[in-house]
Amino acid sequence: MNHKLEGGSVTLREIKYKLSLKIKTAKEHLNIEVTGGYSSDLLSDVMANAKKGNIWITVQSHPNIVAVASLLELSAVIVTGGKKIEKETLSRAEREDITIFDTTDSTFNIVGKLYKMGVIGG
Amino acid sequence: MIKPYVADLHIHTVLSPCAEIEMTPKLIIDKALSKQIDILAITDHNSAENVKAVIKAATGKKVKIFPGIEVETREEVHIICIFDDPEKTLELQKMIYRNLPNIKNKEEIFGAQLVVNSKGEFIRKNERLLLTATSLSIEDVVKKVKELDGICYPAHIDRPSYSIISNLGFIPPQLNFLAIEISSKADIYDILLNHEELKNYTIISSGDAHRLSELSTRTVFWIEKPTLDELKLAFLNKNGRKVSLKKHRKEKT
Repeated sequence: MNHKLEGGSVTLREIKYKLSLKIKTAKEHLNIEVTGGYSSDLLSDVMANAKKGNIWITVQSHPNIVAVASLLELSAVIVTGGKKIEKETLSRAEREDITIFDTTDSTFNIVGKLYKMGVIGG
Repeated sequence: MIKPYVADLHIHTVLSPCAEIEMTPKLIIDKALSKQIDILAITDHNSAENVKAVIKAATGKKVKIFPGIEVETREEVHIICIFDDPEKTLELQKMIYRNLPNIKNKEEIFGAQLVVNSKGEFIRKNERLLLTATSLSIEDVVKKVKELDGICYPAHIDRPSYSIISNLGFIPPQLNFLAIEISSKADIYDILLNHEELKNYTIISSGDAHRLSELSTRTVFWIEKPTLDELKLAFLNKNGRKVSLKKHRKEKT
């Protein structure tokens, strides 16, 4: 069943619900609407190509992901593959108000599911 | 008295699968002597199993060998780690081996990983693939090297792969690296124009030599004697010690 409202944008809440993500930080931002998605594990590549409001899917969990998300004003980061996220990353994300989700699902599956929901790249 | 010492602190031996078969202890030292290099660091990928052989081969020669390892962190960043004692290097190797996935090397794809003696004679093969990421974070590596009184710094930061800048966007300042390494062909001003934040780091340039012709003479340490403590002082630009960098010159062949 498709709960997506006609013409409505996809919010972090809908993504969290449909992808069964665990939210790790900045839990008060579930109303944020995502503008699209980007997936890469090279932070320099993300810095060059992700756009404001995008949701970013990566296996990286280094504290630098927070800086990149904050710099680009991304809507959230999904850390895939069940990677244990470093403590420093989580505390920095709380400080900088960056929402981080994690999941044991793979990047491939998460991106596929997002695409199906209407979250696209570019 | 402070004197100039030409140094290349990033050299691979035949233990690194990607290195040429000519990278044996004796040939590396002969090449260093012929290029008037005074200091070398042996830094194979995730392993130090040839460092003692190279140190032994340099006995009585006018070249100082520092044992080291080029560690690949879980962020796929290469970090050069150098020590004053092979035992400390093997201590780091132990930690790496505990955190390296157990994948068998496929020689036809990656090349052979050869452990040799000081004469370059074959002892055995390291069967475990060294050319892959450990599960150690950069922070884990920096902490361990500090415990062992070693030096570590990010390798070839100008490269599009396996570099701290390409993979992590920028150098996490809290790591307090004493230096950063650029490739032997990199133009330092080109790098500083693109990354102004690097201007406060001591910059060295190393050969990352996988073949003899790649040994680099660009980096000069102005130090009293070739010890690790002196290298540290030069990185810190203290007590008159310093590092200077020559322009890249193509080797005449």
